[in-house]
Amino acid sequence: MAAFLLQYLPIVIMLAIAGVIALALMGAAWLFAPSRPDPEKISAYECGFNAFDDARMKFDVRFYLVSILFIIFDLEVAFLFPWAVSLMHLPHPAQVFAFWSMMGFLGVLTVGFIYEWKKGALEWE
Amino acid sequence: MTDFLSAMAAFWATPVGWTVLTLVHVLVISVILLICIAFILLADRKIWASAQLRKGPNVVGPFGMLQTFADLMKFVFKEIIVPAGADKFVFILAPLLSTVLAMGGWAVIPFAPGWVISNINVGILYLFAVSSLGVYGIIMGGWASNSKYPFLGGLRSAAQMVSYEVSIGFVIITVILLSGSMNLATIIEKQAGGFWNWNVFGGSEGGWWHLIATVVMFPMMVVFFISALAETNRPPFDLPEAESELVAGYQVEYSSTPFLLFFLAEYVNIVLMCAMISILFFGGWQAPWPTPYLQHWWPFWVSAHGFVMMGVKILFWFFMFAMVKAIVPRYRYDQLMRLGWKIFLPTSLVAVAAIAAWRVFGPVNGVYG
Amino acid sequence: MDLLAIAFYLLALVACVSAFMVVIARNPVHSVLFLILTFFSSAGLFVLLGAEFLAMLLVVVYVGAVAVLFLFVVMMLDVDFGSLRQGFVRYLPAGGVVALVLVVEMSLVAAAIAGKNATLRAPSTNGVSNVEQIGRVLYTDYFYFFQAAGMVLLVAMIGAIVLTLRHKPGVKRQDIAAQTARTEASGLRLTKPATGQGISE
Repeated sequence: MAAFLLQYLPIVIMLAIAGVIALALMGAAWLFAPSRPDPEKISAYECGFNAFDDARMKFDVRFYLVSILFIIFDLEVAFLFPWAVSLMHLPHPAQVFAFWSMMGFLGVLTVGFIYEWKKGALEWE
Repeated sequence: MTDFLSAMAAFWATPVGWTVLTLVHVLVISVILLICIAFILLADRKIWASAQLRKGPNVVGPFGMLQTFADLMKFVFKEIIVPAGADKFVFILAPLLSTVLAMGGWAVIPFAPGWVISNINVGILYLFAVSSLGVYGIIMGGWASNSKYPFLGGLRSAAQMVSYEVSIGFVIITVILLSGSMNLATIIEKQAGGFWNWNVFGGSEGGWWHLIATVVMFPMMVVFFISALAETNRPPFDLPEAESELVAGYQVEYSSTPFLLFFLAEYVNIVLMCAMISILFFGGWQAPWPTPYLQHWWPFWVSAHGFVMMGVKILFWFFMFAMVKAIVPRYRYDQLMRLGWKIFLPTSLVAVAAIAAWRVFGPVNGVYG
Repeated sequence: MDLLAIAFYLLALVACVSAFMVVIARNPVHSVLFLILTFFSSAGLFVLLGAEFLAMLLVVVYVGAVAVLFLFVVMMLDVDFGSLRQGFVRYLPAGGVVALVLVVEMSLVAAAIAGKNATLRAPSTNGVSNVEQIGRVLYTDYFYFFQAAGMVLLVAMIGAIVLTLRHKPGVKRQDIAAQTARTEASGLRLTKPATGQGISE
């Protein structure tokens, strides 16, 4: 158990060091660079005129559809990972069964995929 | 003196000593990585310039070699501008997060036999997780700026990354099916013995029959490469920062080192993707020829051999990234979404089924073979 | 104290504090960011238990996909943060009841475990990674549950499309097949209009 966890410590250290390097770069600019904000400089960028309302506006519902579909396919991939790892290590009859079991699962989701294709959910307008 | 040395050896074995050693180890690798990225950035500009019959950066240092370091100094001396309406905390957090995630991905990349910061069992899944988190820096940066161009650029970018993430996942599954492991070192070891054993040519199992799987694996490599371009927002998929339409996408309001961090994260991610292609499809540190001679070499030279092989592959793929940027015209947004969802997703899904069937029923499997 | 215990308490503390911050943060985007921190700490707890696959899945699915959707929603919803908080007192009783029920349920589970005198620990893996352990049973022994999961995903997919898909009228789409199948005969018409007359269709 301990040996297994020791593999994760370097990752934490790596992330920490990356954070320190990033913070150091930011801190360097904060230390060395001038800081003279004025109202024009810190206003939001627009093509030559002043911003007329809050930039966080409503956007196309399609972005949600894309991200919902992404969640579903991401879960599908998540189910595939243990299958792909263990498939060739299974004994023979179980292996063929596991293969068809996954094909059934993928088949069900392919039905959904064909449905969304036919409905035009994948069209970007 | 010997007392001192043995005391030191004992110290390195304690948890504290081990942590210190790892810290130094990780620090050295990070610094080397960043320096390599600096030169790769220059190479990118030089390759792009050559394709356009320009000279590229050639003033700072011999052949412009120090250009990136000069740029770094310039970034450091520029003012950090935080827009008036911005959410300051998220605005500063976004570039930090991007950089930390991009660098964090390198923690599981094996450079040579035994040369890896962290050899976890679920290496590929970790890389997949880290790359799916890359979208946060962009959404947060775009939202926190409270300006229209970054907001739209961030949204588009998020939808784009998310769309290609799925096909990357399926392609990774085909590689795992060939290797039977999610550990990157195991995946590389399985591809030993010459270029015909690389995963792009169907892996190493099943005698010469494995070459038939090339029919599926080669297109999967292409899908992975193109998805990697889209995932890292490289041209021809750099719509989030399409200069003419969205100015510079989510980075519009960023200046000074926060901008530098976004820029750095982008390049670290690109080189990470090059390393992933090399490992998953092209044998990582394995030479393209059989290497029985390595048994007689000193461990140091074996490692050096691995480093060179891995480095050459990464550089080759980076060269491909740079050439694509120089040659291919930019996609339109609807074309990009169609390519991801209607071409890559079904293709890679069918490929997963095909490779699995090939492994279970084909001659590779001992049961029937 | 044991290093493992320190790591556990640290992660658990971060998880609890950030979960609390999700509720009390003023800005909904900050709430989602704290939610992500909670997910990360839970992933860390999974790693401590030896369940590295579950930890990575938590990051891939919840942080990488679900939280992105949450961020999209709260970023777009034009919520007036002030008015949102006014309902706080009104919903307090209902929320309190739900919380109470959860606390009772969790203490029952804890009591049941304590009563059986069983210690919950990760099963021994005999050198086989836990991904493979899952893979060996999920697709064969738990076949029906697995297929049911597929059905649930199908329902989710169709539901998402039914709820959110709206076609805008009058959008011009590119039909590549039609575009490349265009010939000189179908795409070109030669006329000779009289001066000052133009062409009438």
